[in-house]
Amino acid sequence: MADGIPIEITGLSKHFGAVTAVDDLSFTVEPGRVTGFLGPNGAGKTTTLRVLLGLVRASSGTATFGGTPYHALPRPLETVGAALDANFHPGRTARNHLRVYATAAGLPSARVPVVLEQVGLAEFAERRVGGYSLGMRQRLALAYTLLGDPGVFVLDEPINGLDPEGIRWIRVFLQTLAREGRTVLVSSHLLSEVQQSVDEVVIISRGRLVKRGTLASLELDSAPRTIVDSPDRTALATALDSAGLEYDAGRSGFIVDEPDPGRVGHAAFVGGVELSALHRLKSGLEESFLSLVGEAPDESPGDASNGSPGDDPAEAPAAAPPVDEAPAGEEDAR
Amino acid sequence: MSFFRALGAEFQKLLTTRMWWLLAILLAAYVAFMAGGLGALFSWLGANPDAAAESGSAPLPADVELAPLLYSFASSIGYVFPLLLGALAVTSEFRHKTLTPTFLAEPHRTVVLSAKLVSQLVAGAVLGAIGYAVSVGSAATALAGFGLETGLDSSDTWALIGRGILAMALWGGIGVGLGVLVTNQVAAVVIVIAFTQFLEPILRFAASLNDVTATVGRYLPGAASDALVGASFYTVAAFGGTETLDWWQGGLVLLGIALVTTAIGAATTWRRDVS
Repeated sequence: MADGIPIEITGLSKHFGAVTAVDDLSFTVEPGRVTGFLGPNGAGKTTTLRVLLGLVRASSGTATFGGTPYHALPRPLETVGAALDANFHPGRTARNHLRVYATAAGLPSARVPVVLEQVGLAEFAERRVGGYSLGMRQRLALAYTLLGDPGVFVLDEPINGLDPEGIRWIRVFLQTLAREGRTVLVSSHLLSEVQQSVDEVVIISRGRLVKRGTLASLELDSAPRTIVDSPDRTALATALDSAGLEYDAGRSGFIVDEPDPGRVGHAAFVGGVELSALHRLKSGLEESFLSLVGEAPDESPGDASNGSPGDDPAEAPAAAPPVDEAPAGEEDAR
Repeated sequence: MSFFRALGAEFQKLLTTRMWWLLAILLAAYVAFMAGGLGALFSWLGANPDAAAESGSAPLPADVELAPLLYSFASSIGYVFPLLLGALAVTSEFRHKTLTPTFLAEPHRTVVLSAKLVSQLVAGAVLGAIGYAVSVGSAATALAGFGLETGLDSSDTWALIGRGILAMALWGGIGVGLGVLVTNQVAAVVIVIAFTQFLEPILRFAASLNDVTATVGRYLPGAASDALVGASFYTVAAFGGTETLDWWQGGLVLLGIALVTTAIGAATTWRRDVS
């Protein structure tokens, strides 16, 4: 196994004509942990990764692996394993797909069955990739990254399209790589998708860095809130008003700006209101994330190609998150 | 070193999809039909001049040697196949976005394109060998069946076959150049078909009408290819009398087209951002 090398992005900008996809972006990614690279669609994540991998030319700034740009790496696949869009020739089998690139990189073809086994595709090795499901393609893209047993992994939206079993599998996979001392950078437009896999986050919006730190630090940024509901919502609203609590109405109750459910319960008790639900909104991560990437985006420069607009978290108004789904973090509704 | 790894990868790419043998089968069927079918027809006309006169068919001019004409069908009509295979080798990387894994495994793009060019020269030569095996096999059978000269004991015939295979190889290289200039797969296929089947034959015919344009027309790729091979039904069928290039000049024209188009592509589309 190759050593983990830090990824260093310094003052990176990329313009496509008049559109600025990446704007003076700087951050480093250290070995030994999983770093989530987050931002809404069109924030510039894919462009940043493509510049890092030498596929797209930077307008200014640098993106290197411990100081060496990708094209200058003596043995690139043995240093960096990268999975961008899962793209394959549909007429080629998985085994042949990997053999082609093993040959190109001077790696022994004996690696091919090994990595297919690692990602759980061994029994489908002789099937043409055109017949693969999206989840199988994601696994094949990961198999490609493993060919050279590299110390650095750069994965663009690797969880997209995986079934729940696949998501559990990739969590363990990413954590194992990081525990072995490798550098792991994983992009996603959904924090909830990766929050159980990542140790650190780099969050960008509109090509700019908005947050860099541990997952825990992101959690601290957001004040926890309480969800409360009653068969008699009018009475509940009155009780909350008289207790001086701020709240928003949601489909499954009121979201109260109060971290302690006990105080909300007390307010209801004082008002003589029967409660049907009372609990803490456990994770404010998604809200915190949304408020960071914030302001309803009118336009999305850069990598607007992946994902549909419907699942773009930035489209949800940051001030009033939906009650039912996204914020119920621990449950991982997605 | 990295060039030979890239070359190996290009051969694997070629051999692990169905396109090459699909084109090889089409080439063999087309050539067998033309060389064998016309071989039988002309042999019959030659062997039965009276019957031919009755049916109103004019036999070929007496000074035309039938065997090389029939054998050269492998390249004179078959050149579209290595051209397509070469173009598809490049455009399919764009179409299926496999340039990403390709350039990740070998970040030096010129190495990749050079390997593609060399691999398609070889693939074109293989298609040429298949085409000539079929054209010689079917046409010689027809000729021998009517007791006509097959020319297979003549070194000239074998030199023609060798030059034909070289022409097919060069067409594979031109395909790579076309593919990297016109990266859209559908557009590249349309251009190959339109140029080889309609545009070039019309241009060659139009150019032959006038002495000045005829000089230019000799440099059209199809004309250069026929000059390299040294025989073609074109020169007999429609444009007899037009001077052709020497065989080596024809070869240089084809090689030049392959190298120049590939080099222009390498400096333009091949260097672009891959996204």
